Amino acid sequence: MGFFESVGRKAHERRKAFAVAMAFLGESAAAAVSAIFHPRRFRFGDFALAFQHAAYDGLAIAAGIGLLLGMILAFQSAAALQMFGVEVYVADMLAIGLFRELGPIVTAIILAGRSGSAFAAEIGTMKVDEELDALATMGLPPVRFLVLPRVAAAVMAMPILTIVLELAGLAGGALVLRLMKVPPVVFWQHVEATSSVFMISFGLAKSCLFGLLVGMIGCFEGMRTKATSDGVGSAATSAVVGGIVAIAASDGILAVLCYLWNL
Amino acid sequence: MEPLIELEHVDAGYLGATILKDVSFTVARGEVFVLLGGSGCGKSTIMKHMIGLNPVLGGRLAIAGMEWTDENRAALCRKIGVMYQSGALFGSMTCIENVMLPLEEFSPLGRRERRERALQLLEEVELADAADKMPGEISGGMKKRVAIARAMALSPEVVFLDEPSAGLDPLTSAALDNLILKLKRERAMTFVVVTHELPSIFKIADRCAMFDKARRAMIAIGTPAKLRDESNDAFVRRFFNRGEDNVQF
Repeated sequence: MGFFESVGRKAHERRKAFAVAMAFLGESAAAAVSAIFHPRRFRFGDFALAFQHAAYDGLAIAAGIGLLLGMILAFQSAAALQMFGVEVYVADMLAIGLFRELGPIVTAIILAGRSGSAFAAEIGTMKVDEELDALATMGLPPVRFLVLPRVAAAVMAMPILTIVLELAGLAGGALVLRLMKVPPVVFWQHVEATSSVFMISFGLAKSCLFGLLVGMIGCFEGMRTKATSDGVGSAATSAVVGGIVAIAASDGILAVLCYLWNL
Repeated sequence: MEPLIELEHVDAGYLGATILKDVSFTVARGEVFVLLGGSGCGKSTIMKHMIGLNPVLGGRLAIAGMEWTDENRAALCRKIGVMYQSGALFGSMTCIENVMLPLEEFSPLGRRERRERALQLLEEVELADAADKMPGEISGGMKKRVAIARAMALSPEVVFLDEPSAGLDPLTSAALDNLILKLKRERAMTFVVVTHELPSIFKIADRCAMFDKARRAMIAIGTPAKLRDESNDAFVRRFFNRGEDNVQF
């Protein structure tokens, strides 16, 4: 295959993949709008199951990682701040860092690893087992059936997991500062003084956006799983990698917008 | 008999790859029509066109006079039922929930009536006992029978069966053949079956169409006995007498 032919073929494949992604996006948006106007069409049972897997089953890991994250950050920064006798400002740093950035981002990465990959593997296995074809021949759109409940579950699970992770992170920080003779009351006073409703709400809104991206990418990768021996595994890997890249990229864009709008 | 399915000069395959050319046949109401041939000959591809999963590359394919267009899709989906090779039951639902699914979406029945109807269908396939089991808890043959019950839920005009005998022992396979004949007899149902199992073909088929990979064409159509005894085509004769000369397909 010549150089130009190879480049042309790759460009054509990229264009086709882009068209498929756009079609999936459009179909999902149409299904979401339809579910708003016809709530009976929404599969609440499937949503509840996906929500349980994404949120309830993920609470322990979110709390555990949050606690460790808070403790590590507190240890690392307190060591430096202690030299100036201002280790109490670790509380401020933790509050800003967790509520604005780390809480939503770390939770989204956990969600991508747990639920994004699970969505891709579940839907991918269903595709290999011809269950998607079965839905199509019954006249039931797979997007309404499989994608919508999972994406809704991911979007709704994210704020809950984020709050748990943030509170656990702050608790970890408080624990470390307690060892450094900073009373918990002082720690929480600093957290309260630094935090604002807007900051917390913005972080939670961001977490919903990340949940949407993780859910959509997980389901999309599942829907385009190939019927090969490594098809489902590749789909799960792509869901995690794609989810993390999308989270980082969208967070970067939001950071620039926040800077431009002085938020 | 009145034709239910009509294929006129159909080219079958996927975009960029034609697998079968100029295929024409009709399936009459109430008959069991078998698509047969060696592996990779395109019989499953033809079935995918018939059930609307892939558009035909050329020619005309109609079910009850309707072609697979966007406008007709919803109506045509109610006219067909499909049993896939693996059964394709939804693993997160019990057997009865699988059968109730099309009723839930497309019938005006209440929950209790839907359950009664689904149980009745499961009784017809002799699986009422497995109603509340998950698909993972039942055997391959049972999965296929539940899939047939699901395919019949909305009383379609034609049921498509993809390799019903695949992966089953001879006794289970024979039981499935008996079920197809019972449903044909009691419900005057039309079946289109993809298979290459000779005992099944002779037991259930009213007529069959045979495809050949090398010629990329339909090479014979008729009753199984007629194809076996009267065909002039060497490939058809070899296929039907493969037990005698050990030809591999």
